[in-house]
Amino acid sequence: MTSSTPKIEVRDLHKAFGPKEVLTGLNLDVGVGESVVVIGGSGTGKSVLIKCIIGLLKPDSGSIRIDGVETIGMRGKDREEVLKKFGMLFQGAALFDSINVWQNVAFALIQSQGMDHNKAKGIALEKMAQVGLGPEVGELSPAELSGGMQKRVGLARAIATQPQIIFFDEPTTGLDPIMGDVINDLIVESVRDLGATALSITHDMASARKIADRIAMIYEGKIIWAGPVREIDSSGSDHVDQFINGRAEGPIKMAVRG
Amino acid sequence: MHEFLHPIRFLKTVGRVFFAFLGATGKLAIFTFTSLMHALTPPYYPRLIGQQMISVGYFSLPVVGLTAVFTGMVLALQSYTGFSRFSAESAIPNVVVLSITRELGPVLAGLMVAGRVGAAMAAEIGTMRVTEQIDALVTLSTNPQKYLVAPRLIAGLAMLPLLVLVGDIIGVFGGYIVSVYKLGFNPSTYIINTWNFFQVDDLVSGLIKASVFGFIVTLLGCYNGFYSKGGAQGVGAATTMAVVSASILILCSDYFLTELLFTK
Ligand SMILES: Nc1ncnc2c1ncn2[C@@H]1O[C@H](COP(=O)(O)OP(=O)(O)O)[C@@H](O)[C@H]1O
Ligand SMILES: [Mg+2]
Repeated sequence: MTSSTPKIEVRDLHKAFGPKEVLTGLNLDVGVGESVVVIGGSGTGKSVLIKCIIGLLKPDSGSIRIDGVETIGMRGKDREEVLKKFGMLFQGAALFDSINVWQNVAFALIQSQGMDHNKAKGIALEKMAQVGLGPEVGELSPAELSGGMQKRVGLARAIATQPQIIFFDEPTTGLDPIMGDVINDLIVESVRDLGATALSITHDMASARKIADRIAMIYEGKIIWAGPVREIDSSGSDHVDQFINGRAEGPIKMAVRG
Repeated sequence: MHEFLHPIRFLKTVGRVFFAFLGATGKLAIFTFTSLMHALTPPYYPRLIGQQMISVGYFSLPVVGLTAVFTGMVLALQSYTGFSRFSAESAIPNVVVLSITRELGPVLAGLMVAGRVGAAMAAEIGTMRVTEQIDALVTLSTNPQKYLVAPRLIAGLAMLPLLVLVGDIIGVFGGYIVSVYKLGFNPSTYIINTWNFFQVDDLVSGLIKASVFGFIVTLLGCYNGFYSKGGAQGVGAATTMAVVSASILILCSDYFLTELLFTK
């Protein structure tokens, strides 16, 4: 493995649900320690892409390499080893509502690493402090938290195992702009602290500009443009221009019904 | 000719339904097999198993107890009406204890638990599916089938026989109450008759049935929840499906279990 091996390497990825083709030969590289944000309209397959990479969905064809190792078709112990490299913040935070907040954050430490409860709670409270949550929040149930606080807990849970790769699915969607920016800052900070590689998906351009080193745009199941964040305004792609300026007129036609 | 009656179309429809059925059966079979494998291999979750046992067993006691006591009472009353026509009232304790231990105890408890526990499991796991909590489990290196399904299956298998045992006792007691206080039986004769007619084989066969029903209820609750999709509506549909399919499967398997256990 050389230093030029990307952390995540996606090649010619195809995924369809019945007759509906969502990913149609998608290529994407994410370098070690890099933060890539995939932008694109709703329903363009951004979540499907991330779920294929994690292994939550099985792609129809193509290749997904993590640290140069093919993960499609991986099972059992090998798959578990790869999963240990991952952390993910879900769109709706996906906190477990049958346990309290600190137990959520400490979940992987206790359940899969078998860490002792007190030690795990200590780490959980530390991670919560990192995302601006006091220890008193730890005893609350997830249902008692606002959306922004749930996202913070989800972030604390995602970073608790010190993953090498973190996925962020629409981290700011559903939050007010100020809370969105707070979450963006926390994401940038925690990814930097961990030295992790990050792959995010969003349709929020402010968020993308803030957390990305590189931006890639997904359209009709493929990445149609990818480049450093500073080049996004001079991409030379009509699709990208239309999307980042939020115009109804342009090459991208929204399916009003569908 | 009506669209549906067109022979080729009709065959196509039959074929499609048939293959959909095969597909669904296969999916359930694989889910059952993998869940059992997860139940048998570590890591185990004793705390979760304990929680599920309390939720399946202890919290179903009132429902199952009430069902059993009234069933026993009705049995005594109904058989009195029938048997008194040919002066066979003394067979009532026999009818009550036999019907309850062999048949009504396990079947009614199974159906009540399907409504109470199977529905709750489908709703809980279904909600976890549509809110991505099941995906979150995977990203936290926890196998959702091991963590969510296996403890529930174990609880169903283990707790239903206990529930039914309690239900049997309460049911027989219900028959006793009606026979003694309403039909004028001698209390000690009734108890002696019940005891004489009581067969350990009957009881055990009922408890075996109960265990199978407990497995059916929890399996279908988990399965329907696990594969639910499409938001709140999907969870609602999964819940309904869990109860309906478990109830039907309980009644079908009851026949075959009876044949297996009693026809020698
Ligand atoms: N499990 C699934 N079954 C069927 N269709 C799905 C499934 N997951 C996603 N899709 C479809 O794939 C398309 C892309 O979805 P998604 O990746 O969630 O979009 P987004 O870019 O908004 O995250 C949508 O049209 C959605 O209906
Ligand atoms: Mg999405």
